[in-house]
Amino acid sequence: MKQVFKRPTSLIDVPFHFCPGCHHGIIHRLVAEAIDRYDLREKTIGVASVGCSVFMYDYFDTDVLEAPHGRAAAVATGVKRARPRNFVFTYQGDGDLAAIGTAEIMHAANRGERITVVFVNNTTYGMTGGQMAPTTMPGQTTTTSPYGRSTEDAGYPIKMSEIMAQLGGVAYAARVSVHDPKHLMKAKKALNRAFECQLNREGLGFVEFLSACPTNWKMSPLKANRHVADVMVPCFPLGVFKDAASTEKD
Amino acid sequence: MANRKLVNGNEAIAMGAIDAGCRLYFGYPITPQNQIPEYMAAHLPKVGGVFLQAESEIASINMVMGAAATGVRVMTSSSSPGISLKQEGISYMAGSEIPGVIVNMSRSGPGLGGIDPSQGDYFQATRGGGHGDYRTLVLAPHSVQENYDLTIKAFDLADRYRNPVVVLGDAILGQIKEPVALKPPKPRKEQDREWVLTGCEGRKARLLKSLYLSDGELTKHNWRLYKKYQKMRKEVMFESVRTEDAEVIVVAFGSVARIAKTSLEMAREKGMRVGLIRPITLYPFPTEALQKAAGFTKKFIVIELNTGQMVEDVKLSLCDRAKVEFFGKPPGAIPTPDELFKEIKKALKRMS
Ligand SMILES: Cc1ncc(C[n+]2csc(CCOP(=O)(O)OP(=O)(O)O)c2C)c(N)n1
Ligand code: SF4
Repeated sequence: MKQVFKRPTSLIDVPFHFCPGCHHGIIHRLVAEAIDRYDLREKTIGVASVGCSVFMYDYFDTDVLEAPHGRAAAVATGVKRARPRNFVFTYQGDGDLAAIGTAEIMHAANRGERITVVFVNNTTYGMTGGQMAPTTMPGQTTTTSPYGRSTEDAGYPIKMSEIMAQLGGVAYAARVSVHDPKHLMKAKKALNRAFECQLNREGLGFVEFLSACPTNWKMSPLKANRHVADVMVPCFPLGVFKDAASTEKD
Repeated sequence: MANRKLVNGNEAIAMGAIDAGCRLYFGYPITPQNQIPEYMAAHLPKVGGVFLQAESEIASINMVMGAAATGVRVMTSSSSPGISLKQEGISYMAGSEIPGVIVNMSRSGPGLGGIDPSQGDYFQATRGGGHGDYRTLVLAPHSVQENYDLTIKAFDLADRYRNPVVVLGDAILGQIKEPVALKPPKPRKEQDREWVLTGCEGRKARLLKSLYLSDGELTKHNWRLYKKYQKMRKEVMFESVRTEDAEVIVVAFGSVARIAKTSLEMAREKGMRVGLIRPITLYPFPTEALQKAAGFTKKFIVIELNTGQMVEDVKLSLCDRAKVEFFGKPPGAIPTPDELFKEIKKALKRMS
């Protein structure tokens, strides 16, 4: 019998610590598959952020460096500038990348650092117990927006992919979702393209994943999955916001 | 023969770094240290290095951390408020045992303060500065030559201990021009490289982190770091001037120690038996040297460009073995040799 599906080589064979129904696990797997696809396991230096994904070093069988909260893009800049031939990626939540680390990601992107950024948007701070994030949707209740996010007081969900697309050094910016197989295949393609941007030295590759946080949304895994499709996608439109390759062809 | 050049203190630091093999520099402009990044921007590309002006001090120290994690020599420099912003990163580097050199050509504070020379960052530099229970080695030059030499030394120490090292100067030491003998060190012995991140080709994957959550793990990590900080004690450096027969010993570091040296000569000319101990490493502090001196001198006067910080280390070192007086000059005015001489004279009188 032929084995048609197996664990990516870049992923260590241990159970994830993520909550049931959390998309972090799926996204980890997709990143590992892309590392395998381009045969990068022995060339990769991953930069872990602070958040539910901080333990990525327990899962990825690659070199990993842990960055302070929000600073992954700056840490990755240092790694890549020192070792331009290595493959460097960051894996960051929305609190990490779109709140405390906004300056670092915007400037790394604007400089066109040859890194790949995996951005996981679950509209909340998962690790610290479900507080409001810059990505929290209008009306969404969180522990620090108990009456629902009021745009008057707390502003609007920040759209990172759209912002990234505006910056000169970004080669690729896309928002994807993994809530069903069809979208998952699209997410895979986007991730591959973001990897290629680094491998071809085109610029920074950015992929925003919409992601479920059933625990803090206080939903069953199934309901949380549906919530991504029904509520998050209308607020955060999916698609490719910039692709240097296609822009050049224009 | 060493190659001699007339340069300012900031340039000497940059030259020392490049001669030490520093090939990456990340920084953000702040007076009075801008000649360091400017020198690096002009000269690093010529030796195949990378200069990058970061968007902030926070970003630059994190770039240092990322680059240093790959085993290269890398530096950042700044001045007081900028160093405050770097403290988070310095704490992470200490926690993850990543080497790096951080230069603080300090200015006056608190807050925005001013660009006058001050030694107000002594506590911040010697107490770790950031969060958590950690230490950085702190080197305090007092001349342009020492700016050069101690910067080279800082890179060796950072590698030896896998720890951040701080070079603490001030506005005077950054701006004065003096001849410096350039003595690039011989190629260094390869340090232990078993930890550097280069991609896991042909070996097991490596990890650099400061998060330790499982039972007892963090306690163990902290005790191990503590033992390392104890080992650093053997790196103590100090200068002692005419202490053998001294009735009073002045303790001063950095730029103010230079001024104090002139005052000391004035005192000696008047027949006063004055000596000086100048800590060159502020951490580890030359405690034993002071204790030894307290065996024959019972009077110490600590002079600092602040309202009293190192004086606490002097008192801790001496306990009640000797009388310790303090003369402080907070920012805004630099004491003249005359003024310090008068203070020494007064202290001698009070103490007798
Ligand atoms: C400087 C600093 N501030 C705050 C924290 C606390 N903290 C840890 S994780 C986190 C939020 C993480 O949220 P996100 O990036 O969205 O990731 P998630 O956990 O949702 O995957 C915060 C605020 C910290 N560790 N460091
Ligand atoms: S708290 Fe949310 S983001 Fe964190 S592991 Fe659980 S479901 Fe995933």
